[in-house]
Amino acid sequence: MSGFPILSLMLAVPAAAAIACVFVGDKSARWVALGATLVNLALGVLLWAQFDIGGAQWQFTESADLFGQAFAWKLGIDGLALMLILLSTFLMPLCILASWEAITKRVGLYMAMFLIMEVVMIGVFCAQDLLLFYIFFEAGLIPMYFIIGIWGGANRKYAAFKFFLYTLLGSVLMLIAMIAMIAEAGTSDIPMLMNYNFPVEMQTWLWLAFFASLAVKMPMWPVHTWLPDAHVQAPTAGSMILAGVLLKMGGYGFVRFMMPMFPDASAQLMWIVFALSMVAVVYTSLVALVQSDMKKLIAYSSVAHMAIVTAGLFAFNQQGIEGAMIVMLSHGVVSAALFFCVGVIYDRLHTREIDRYGGLAVNMPAYALFFMLFTMASIGLPGTSGFVGEFLSIAGIYESSSWVAFVCTTGIILGAAYMLYLYRRIVFGELTKDDVKAMPDLNPREWAIMVPLAAVALWMGVYPESFLAPMRGDVTTVVARLAPARPAGDAHVSAGKPKAAADHGAGHGKAAAGEAHHAGGVQ
Amino acid sequence: MTADLMLVWPELILTIGGLITLMLGTFLGDRQVGLYQLAALLTLAAATVAVVALFGVNASVFSGTLSVDAFGGFAKLIIYGASAVSILIAPRFFAGGMRAEYPVLILFAALGMGIMASSRDLMTLYVGLELNSLAAYVLASFMRNDERSSEAGLKYFVLGALASGMLLYGISLLYGFSGTTDFTGIATAMGGQLNAGLIFGIVFVLAGLAFKISAVPFHMWTPDVYEGAPTPVTAFFASAPKVAAMALMTRVVIDAMGPAVGAWQQIVIFLALASIILGAVGAIGQKNIKRLLAYSSINNVGFMLIGLAAGTQAGVEGVLTYLVVYVVTTLGAFLVVLQLRDTDGNAVESIPAMAGLASKRGWLAAAMSVFLLSLAGIPPLFGFWPKLLVFQAAVNANLVPLAVAGIVASVIGAYYYIMVIKTMVFDDPSDTEFAAPAAPVERVLMTVSALWLSVIGYLFIPLLAIASASAASVLF
Repeated sequence: MSGFPILSLMLAVPAAAAIACVFVGDKSARWVALGATLVNLALGVLLWAQFDIGGAQWQFTESADLFGQAFAWKLGIDGLALMLILLSTFLMPLCILASWEAITKRVGLYMAMFLIMEVVMIGVFCAQDLLLFYIFFEAGLIPMYFIIGIWGGANRKYAAFKFFLYTLLGSVLMLIAMIAMIAEAGTSDIPMLMNYNFPVEMQTWLWLAFFASLAVKMPMWPVHTWLPDAHVQAPTAGSMILAGVLLKMGGYGFVRFMMPMFPDASAQLMWIVFALSMVAVVYTSLVALVQSDMKKLIAYSSVAHMAIVTAGLFAFNQQGIEGAMIVMLSHGVVSAALFFCVGVIYDRLHTREIDRYGGLAVNMPAYALFFMLFTMASIGLPGTSGFVGEFLSIAGIYESSSWVAFVCTTGIILGAAYMLYLYRRIVFGELTKDDVKAMPDLNPREWAIMVPLAAVALWMGVYPESFLAPMRGDVTTVVARLAPARPAGDAHVSAGKPKAAADHGAGHGKAAAGEAHHAGGVQ
Repeated sequence: MTADLMLVWPELILTIGGLITLMLGTFLGDRQVGLYQLAALLTLAAATVAVVALFGVNASVFSGTLSVDAFGGFAKLIIYGASAVSILIAPRFFAGGMRAEYPVLILFAALGMGIMASSRDLMTLYVGLELNSLAAYVLASFMRNDERSSEAGLKYFVLGALASGMLLYGISLLYGFSGTTDFTGIATAMGGQLNAGLIFGIVFVLAGLAFKISAVPFHMWTPDVYEGAPTPVTAFFASAPKVAAMALMTRVVIDAMGPAVGAWQQIVIFLALASIILGAVGAIGQKNIKRLLAYSSINNVGFMLIGLAAGTQAGVEGVLTYLVVYVVTTLGAFLVVLQLRDTDGNAVESIPAMAGLASKRGWLAAAMSVFLLSLAGIPPLFGFWPKLLVFQAAVNANLVPLAVAGIVASVIGAYYYIMVIKTMVFDDPSDTEFAAPAAPVERVLMTVSALWLSVIGYLFIPLLAIASASAASVLF
């Protein structure tokens, strides 16, 4: 790799733009923010293009001795981080565009907060030092607190408090665990810690401490209650980024820290994850079914999708983890899109009550079309991104435990139920209400947001290999690290056709053929 | 003797400078306050230079009663800095009421605090402490005609006298059962069989010192005194004397009581946890920003005590780093409080009146948010760093339950900090109109400290690490 510190640059661009946004006027702040996020998107694409698939595990590494002995400014990415950074840089310009007209007060500050969010997100995914990671991880609380609290809905203060304190309480325990890890291993370097064998007894405690933090962030049932509040009260773009990227920090933490660093504890305690995931899939889906608030419904659907992610990750096999990663990416795009769909009609009618709408297909056909696509992607219709992730992860879960797979699959059925029900109530039916009749269809700015989201959702559904290929080697590494601890699954899958079909069907059969597949968890 | 005098230049400079300023004040009257202020600042600057020049010296002077070392030097640098800021911010607050005594009292207090930080003998310890306290009692009641200020001074004096009594009783016990007032001698006695007399001595000395750092359960005076004292004086109380008392306590615990770990450690752990929890819970209902900051200082002292409880060099380094960051943050926060005046010039101290400050005085609210979040220890603000250091020291000293309890309680603390931010930023503006922006010097101080506490402070970690390590190594 070239020695150019591209990751530091990706952190510096939004940071500098954030400072600029505070000082320039409201109008210019929008353009500065859009410009900076687009530059970062370009850098992200460059990163993707330059990423050497199958090359070194950690690429674009850089380190500077800024903080003495204590910890280091050490950055670097593997395929998993690359994909999540891409997701962040992809969503950011769309978020800025989504708030172009909706935000009218303190625009400069708002844009600055979003740009700081971007710094934080990229920092979380590329930090290679445990403490640096923690600083970025926690730093996200402050801008999100302000975004919800200043520009949120009626009950924004309560939601901001709940979000802040809930996630802080979880995180502090992780900090103590990190301190203990550094004391034990004598290093805060993440790649080294990923290969360090902690004593089994200690692993259990560390695992629980990390779990306390990441389960809240994820969020897993029963510590998910901050999420509906935060989503409902946050402005549209805040929800987009919260669902799109912030929740992924939890999943990233699982696959980056808990699984490779504490493999034995992960195996011993996987029942906790499975149990909570099963409850979450069914329970939150049922809760979503009865919501009358659009944002709340999508928020609960996020919890259900994240439960499939956690179950997939703890399947401990190639499909499960790859699938979970794809669900994260897919959910990042699709839930952001769904929140934007809510935002579009909220901007017109200023209510999130589902019953206030109906018959939008008549006067907003383009909107109805996009909303349909994202609904289908959320359900997991083949050809959309949701299908690939859910299929892969449930295939992986099935190999590990057929009961968990069975319960998780009901979540997909329930998902179809609540999403289609939502869609029916909003888009179909009679167009009777006068104020709804007066709503205009998408404007060019909204088209500009919808089209990229739709394109990526389809791309991920039709040719997921683009996204799977960079991650495959890293997933294999994690699976190999977990292999000694992995309990025997109850499904005795034999090598050969069924497995290959699952994997290659997802990848449309082409690129996977000759690649180092490491048998994808085949026994 | 002369050789010894050469090593206490900072104290000599402060004494002479203080006396000269006092004489100037006596003869020139209260009109020349600018001059006295300048004289005091120059004295502090000269003393700072002397401390820096003496860095690296490690000597015992005046028959071992005073120690000239990096540990004392480190503490003195913070003390002098905080004292200088307290002098700088005073004139605008007192307006016409500024008198010559103010800089003089601060100088003498700084002298006493320097002696506290360097003492290696129970007698010098007490002399330094009382010199500081006497100046502080007067400072608390500096606004003679203000009822609250007089009340604060009286309260401080009565409770301070009580604490001094406890401390003296402890000192007499330690002296009686070890036969010496010298820290090394006491440590030798502690190394042997611990008898009831020594244990009582430890308890009473620690109780007296806990009063000075306002650790729970000896904290009752803090909110009242902080609220009643004039704001620049409160800023002073919250910063410099905390440093001196914390440094003194560290030296007493590590140097004099070092061998009796079992005896003092549980006391310090109790003080730490009680301070963190009570400091956090007590702050929640506060409606006065100065009282809230008083509880915040109790809370933060608790975190420092976690580092001390570890009893290791890393723990002491953590305490020292914590002191630096804490002083900058606290002074910054009080500087903001100082700016809050309505159009009639009355100080605004009630938190509800601060509602909507962000829309009226955006930068002030931004700076306050930085200070409060830093006090809460939320990364990426620099207040996170010393908290991490003390927790790290505690975990490495096998005090994991203490670290876990402390860090969970820190979330309670975060609640009231973000509550104030909520009031300033989210709430609808109150009716209070705020007066014109601050004087340039105050604005510069606020800007510099807020910037330092945002991410820039992290670049100073290597410097802080080296300085605190060389200071802490003196004790081990």
